[in-house]
Amino acid sequence: MSPDTGEQYLLRRRPASEKLVDVSFKNLAIALASMVAIVLFAILVVVFWGSLESMGRYGWKFLVTSNWNPVDDEYGAFTAIYGTIVTSLLSLAIAVPLGVGTAVFITENIIPPRIRNVIGVMVELLAAIPSVVLGLWAIFVLEPFIRPFLTWLNQAFGWLPFLSTAPMGPGMAPAILILVVMVLPIITAIARDSLNQVPIKLRQAAYGVGTTRWGAILNVILPAAVSGIVGGVMLALGRAMGETMAVTMIIGNSNNFSWSLLAPGNTIAAMLANQFGEADGSQVSSLMYAAFVLIVLTLAVNVCAQWLVKRLSLKY
Amino acid sequence: MTVSSSARPIPDLSYKPGLQRNLLSRLLTLIAGLFSAICVLPLVLVLAYVLIMGGGKISLALFTQLPPPPGLEGGGIGNAIIGTIIVSIIAGLIAIPVGVGGGIFLAEYSKGGSFAQFIRFGTNVLSGVPSIIAGVFVYGIIVSTRIFFGNSYSALAGGIALSILMLPTVIKTTDEGLKLVSDDLRRGALGVGASRFVTIVRITLPTAFTPIATGVVLSIARAAGETAPLIFTALFSPFWPEGIFNPIASLSVLIYNFAIMPYQAQNELAWAASFVLVMFILAMNLFARWLGRFAAK
Repeated sequence: MSPDTGEQYLLRRRPASEKLVDVSFKNLAIALASMVAIVLFAILVVVFWGSLESMGRYGWKFLVTSNWNPVDDEYGAFTAIYGTIVTSLLSLAIAVPLGVGTAVFITENIIPPRIRNVIGVMVELLAAIPSVVLGLWAIFVLEPFIRPFLTWLNQAFGWLPFLSTAPMGPGMAPAILILVVMVLPIITAIARDSLNQVPIKLRQAAYGVGTTRWGAILNVILPAAVSGIVGGVMLALGRAMGETMAVTMIIGNSNNFSWSLLAPGNTIAAMLANQFGEADGSQVSSLMYAAFVLIVLTLAVNVCAQWLVKRLSLKY
Repeated sequence: MTVSSSARPIPDLSYKPGLQRNLLSRLLTLIAGLFSAICVLPLVLVLAYVLIMGGGKISLALFTQLPPPPGLEGGGIGNAIIGTIIVSIIAGLIAIPVGVGGGIFLAEYSKGGSFAQFIRFGTNVLSGVPSIIAGVFVYGIIVSTRIFFGNSYSALAGGIALSILMLPTVIKTTDEGLKLVSDDLRRGALGVGASRFVTIVRITLPTAFTPIATGVVLSIARAAGETAPLIFTALFSPFWPEGIFNPIASLSVLIYNFAIMPYQAQNELAWAASFVLVMFILAMNLFARWLGRFAAK
């Protein structure tokens, strides 16, 4: 045997080309990751830049007047802002109990796991249905179906300003209902995740002191999961504010302001969808201004949501 | 009280269904069950209507012919099907490399530094940006500036708008998929002398292929159903696609345009297009689910 020189154990020296590939791949990954920040920043800059003209001309009055008149170059987006906020908040008011109730139903061992999974999958698939298909369904199925009920509401409670007009097809009320359908999957999914994260010991302790199922759910489990659920509700609010197609197709796209939920209305997203294709001149700038308002609203809501969701993971 | 504490009778521990709290509990369970039924109802109803109203219209002509002029009968949605495929491919070609690259950075290179946290935060914020805003943005930088050979509305602009919506999903799934890969595998590869690049490309990426593919499939399905970013970027075209620098038809915009037309023939085509689109999206979702189950084994 020849003496062991150790030569066969010598480490391979990395060629310069390999180092170059390594470093450039890392830099490429960094560059691609930065695209997110660049796109986000560019969206803000482009929309802000586009709205400068309108901002200079109308200022704050744009937000509180409801006069939308391309012929005379008079623009005020209050109708759309009112519609955006009212439709999204009211749809949440309906969707939150439904979604949280469903989440409780499919996490709290009430029904066999197989049925639980089926409901879970169905709610997820509901989220996959394109907005435009829901809009089509709303036009031809939902709205004709609920119109008699809305008419009755108007006849019985017409003295309330929110129900003061007779329903004539498209309007805010059917738009709110289709928004409920669109935000339900988000609320249900996030509420389910939050409930699943509640430690099992908390449940055992609650049942151990002799509470009923709903005693445990209402006093122990839901309070423990509440920050995650609220985060999910905020995400759903952001989604509802920005939801476009289904709302555009059913809300009526009226720029005449009305307090009534049975009257046709508008949202910022619907206004953009409807007018952007044919707009020119200062109308484009005013639409950009409206888009900027929408971005600010949804960003604020989303940042709050993320802060809340992050707090949940720290709590337990 | 005459009973001393030492001789306290054993309390009755059996379940009494008639107690008020037990009745209330059952009532609330019933309400929760009712809420679940209401949650599932829209999916069932929408699918039923799409199947009935759209499924009956399926024929060869639907896939091979152009839509008829307003008010006329017959025709198909062939151009819209091809258009949706083209726009989705453009979106995928942009969003998948950028998203996977960004995900690789987050999972493999960042060590939780402030830049990575900022990118993660930005990804979440971007996924919350309304889809119509992506359309407004692309309108502002591409359509109104006419940077593609002086053309304004184009398939390319539509694809870019959709890619903005796909990007956060692809980054997140890549990041999460790569984080699932065990560190032992990376150390093993690095230990036998592989470079960082080779480790990622040959070891960690293939290992995380299924979760990444699942996310990509879901994001493509979502992009294919999006309408809002397309209506003023790709616009619409009643003709066969004329290259990626011209306006192009898509199923979702066709549904939108034809649903609000006062002609029955157009409304029927909208239902038929909905059927095709929903079937495609559900198939993609089931495929993604299958991929996920495949990975779990």
